[in-house]
Amino acid sequence: MVLDEKPVLKVNNLVVRYGKGCPDCQQNLEKNRCKICGTVWACNDVSLEVYPGEILGIVGESGSGKSTLMKSLYFDFPTTSGSAYLSEYQNGESDIWQASAGQQRMIRNTIMGMVYQNPVMGLRMDYSSASNIAEKIIAAGARNAGQMTSRAEELLSAVEILTSRMQEAPKNFSGGMQQRVQISKALANNPSILLLDEVTTGLDLSVQAKVLDLIRKIKAKYGISVLLVSHDLAVIRMLADRTIVMLDGKIIESGLTDQILEDPQEAYTQQLVHSLL
Amino acid sequence: MNKNYNFAFLDEGSKREIRRTILKAVAIPGYQVPFGSRELPIGRGWGTGGIQITLSLIGQEDVLKVIDQGSDESVNAVNIKKFVQSCTDVRTTSDTHKATLIQTRHRIPEIPLTNDQILVFQVPIPEPLRIVEPREEVTKKMHAESDYAPIWLQLYESIIKYKKVTISSEYPCMVENRYIMNPSPIPKFDNDKLNDSECLYLFGAGREKKIYAIPPHTKVVSLAFDDIPFEKEDFKGKCCRLCGSSDTYLDEIIDSATGEKYYQCSDTSYCEEVRKNGVR
Repeated sequence: MVLDEKPVLKVNNLVVRYGKGCPDCQQNLEKNRCKICGTVWACNDVSLEVYPGEILGIVGESGSGKSTLMKSLYFDFPTTSGSAYLSEYQNGESDIWQASAGQQRMIRNTIMGMVYQNPVMGLRMDYSSASNIAEKIIAAGARNAGQMTSRAEELLSAVEILTSRMQEAPKNFSGGMQQRVQISKALANNPSILLLDEVTTGLDLSVQAKVLDLIRKIKAKYGISVLLVSHDLAVIRMLADRTIVMLDGKIIESGLTDQILEDPQEAYTQQLVHSLL
Repeated sequence: MNKNYNFAFLDEGSKREIRRTILKAVAIPGYQVPFGSRELPIGRGWGTGGIQITLSLIGQEDVLKVIDQGSDESVNAVNIKKFVQSCTDVRTTSDTHKATLIQTRHRIPEIPLTNDQILVFQVPIPEPLRIVEPREEVTKKMHAESDYAPIWLQLYESIIKYKKVTISSEYPCMVENRYIMNPSPIPKFDNDKLNDSECLYLFGAGREKKIYAIPPHTKVVSLAFDDIPFEKEDFKGKCCRLCGSSDTYLDEIIDSATGEKYYQCSDTSYCEEVRKNGVR
């Protein structure tokens, strides 16, 4: 990772607000909720950069805005203000949140891959695993069924799912397998950035280890950039090159992962690290 | 003719509104145009969309033919014919050549239609994306953005599971490279007849309040993957037991007494003509 490279993803001053807001919101926030008008500031002036081949970890407690950030990036949630640039979209010169619906769909399907915490959000549980992967390929405009099947076989092998089970629907799979199908779906079109939202939550420890190992292998094999959200510092320690700490919708601390974990500056981060250690 | 009703049952204002909708549908081939579906003395789902189009277009000089699954004599076809005749006094026929207006349920006649004929389809579910998306507001957006990946996925899923596309009727097709359209529940055998046709095809869905159209010489392509071409029903080695035709859509009939299997032309008028004139 070389930080003077052009970032794969750059987010500037993202705000996601639930409610109309009032002129005194910022001075009257109780956690991330305005005491006067009740508006919730899920993401409040969030800026970040992800560089080529880097894993950027985002850590924070539940409700800190981690998943909102991810879902905004993947166009699942509308943003209130802010801009985001992807180096692969118009050479990083156009704000992806201002793109047309068709363009946003193209970005979702070709430049980004998303793995949700809950596989139900990312997979069609009644369709075969092969079709789940093909969905992304079809959405990107491909119309060759044979090539889609070959790609599905390749990706399912990469995530250690038997290709003989590609006709089976993910609803018949274990939680860990469902996450692995999600990962292979996210990789279908060789995206330049992978968004991983709490991918190991709810999995038992041995399966968690397998999934984390898989992410490491994928990063090494494809050289892909990863934005990794977790509330588990062990996951962040294992995978992330740099880490951002979020609290009440704001970034309160950022730096190299070792630096954040060994020498936390903010009180909340210190509490978080010490509660782990 | 029953003088208690206006000519063709509907009032002139209603007919005019439906004709305007038809004009818009013709102008945007494959696009589903909403319309104010009227009440008729027939239940929704029994062809009210098709009947409203027929009633709006029919004139005293027209010759009407009504078919149901290819047959001129089925209960649905006979009753619709009787109803239209009772409020218009137009001539009716079972001869496809002589008809100027043909209302159909689930088939396109075997005889190629000409540019002075209109084929009106009764459509139960006009939305081709309904099978993949239940919300109307979402399917509208999907059409607007040409977001048709889910319907392609449906075809792919069929290939993965059964090694071929198993949809036999309502096979989706792309109209003029823009809108994916449900060709009504015609067998996919008939899909090719929609492409570059001489006649005007009109589709009416009364319950769903939609009208759409395929004007003459419109490009209509059944969806197929690059490496798996569209295949229609194969009747190889089978022929009609009455007229001997082997190039038509055949109904399979099983004799309940003997268990023997027969094949017979689905288009009864065509079958009769072949038997009468020996022309195929």
